[in-house]
This record gives sequence, structure tokens and C-alpha cells, in this order.
Amino acid sequence: MRVATGELRQACPCGYLIASIQSALSDTEVVELRDSLLVEVARHRSRGVIVDVAALDVIDSFVSRSLSTVARTNRLRGAKTVVVGIRPEVAVAMSHFGLGLDAVDTALDLEAGLELLDR
Amino acid sequence: MSEEIRVPIASDADTIVARQRGREAALRLGFSRTDATFVATAISEIARNITVHAGQGEIIIRGLSEEGRDGLVVIARDEGPGIRDVAAVMRQEYASEAGLGIGLWGARRLMDEIEVASQPGEGTTVTMKKWCGFDEVGRLLDDRRPSDPTPGS
Repeated sequence: MRVATGELRQACPCGYLIASIQSALSDTEVVELRDSLLVEVARHRSRGVIVDVAALDVIDSFVSRSLSTVARTNRLRGAKTVVVGIRPEVAVAMSHFGLGLDAVDTALDLEAGLELLDR
Repeated sequence: MSEEIRVPIASDADTIVARQRGREAALRLGFSRTDATFVATAISEIARNITVHAGQGEIIIRGLSEEGRDGLVVIARDEGPGIRDVAAVMRQEYASEAGLGIGLWGARRLMDEIEVASQPGEGTTVTMKKWCGFDEVGRLLDDRRPSDPTPGS
């Protein structure tokens, strides 16, 4: 499926949902993405979700909180969430800020994210 | 960079413009990519305070040169409800993941200096500065980019 913010696809046959963010997001779009992720995970009965944030040149408190919400909600439904592709300079900024992505697993890229889910 | 960049903030889409302009200005002024990301992230936070609490306002970005140092100043101005106790907000007493505090608190950690002037009913002005040249981690990261030419290669 397409959402305004990027692309959600079910990665067959592994049963994971992959959301690849395509461009900078407004807060409204972050909320749309968060809600689509929650709905699609339920609809596809996904066991895992990968959110690729390599296109984001800023991860601020709002994006960080939204990703944590997705991860916590998915976890209650038995699905794991892995955020992949955080840029190095974004990671440094998040760390200075004190944004830690509660409950979210992270991996370097899509491949590493899939490995993490398979574990 | 002597020109002043003004970005009107009326919706969360304007926030994206403001932080992009801030990042570009920082890079033009010689900041590392990491420091430019700090500036963009701080702008994102204070622009959100404008859209959420005041509805509209503006962000002004300009280069700075003071006492032999170069840097950048970001001013975020609105005519919203204002903040009753600025000191308490800055001490993070109000900071919650969802609250007003998190943005200012984060901006303070990302920038080198921040000042908040506000009165109830008279809006808020946030002035924040960042100076060039203190960013060791940023330089390391920039140096390690595979796309960058390396000496001798």
C-alpha cells in the first residue's frame, strides 16, 4: 500500500511489514505513518515491522515518540519493530538531545533489520 | 552570510522549510554536517512550539560574528499565549515527552546558547545560537564519509 509518507509493503513470505520513508515528514504525516503502521500490522497479522528512516535528515522528539509508540503498541500485539537506517549525524543529534527510542530495536540497514527479526 | 532568512510558520509543513533553510545556512557558514543537523533538529522543536501553542509565528536565521567567533543565530517569534514561568520550563520541570518543555529542553542541549523571553498574553521569543568549530564528533563523522575524497586516493 502507499501512504502519503512512503511505502508500506508486506515482505513475503517472511510475514514482515516494511515501511520505507521517502522524504522529510511533517508532524501530520508522522501521525499518518504511525497510524497506518498500526492498522497494517493488524491487517496483515505481521510478526515484525521494519521502518526505514534513512531518508530522514532530522529525527526530533515527535518522530522519536511516534516510533516508540508504534513499537510499544506492536509489542503488545506480539509484533517486533525494528528501525533501520538512522544516519550517523542524526544518531549523534538524538544522543545529545537524549532521545533514545524506548522499546525500539534498531539495525544498521534493511538486511540487518531482517536478520534481527529472524533471530 | 549577511542576509537574513525569514520563514513564516503557520503549519507543520512550514517547519520542514524552516529546518531545511537552517541546515543550508549552517552548512554555508562552515558548520559540520552533524552540527547542521543539530541546528535543524533544534529548529524543528521550536517551530513545533509555535504551531502547537501559538498557531503561527516566524523563524529568522542569520549568520553571527562576535568576538572573533562565527556562528549562527535562530530566532523564533510568536504572539501566542506566552509562558508564565520561563525559568521552570527551562529547568525542565514541565518537560514531559508530550509537553512544551521537551522542545526547549532539547534545543538547549543541541545549541550552544538559548534565551527565552516571554510574558503571558504577549507571545514568546526564543533566541538560540550555535558557534562554529567545537564539533569533534561531527568532524570525525564527516571525515569518515565514504563519498568524501580522502587524501592520497
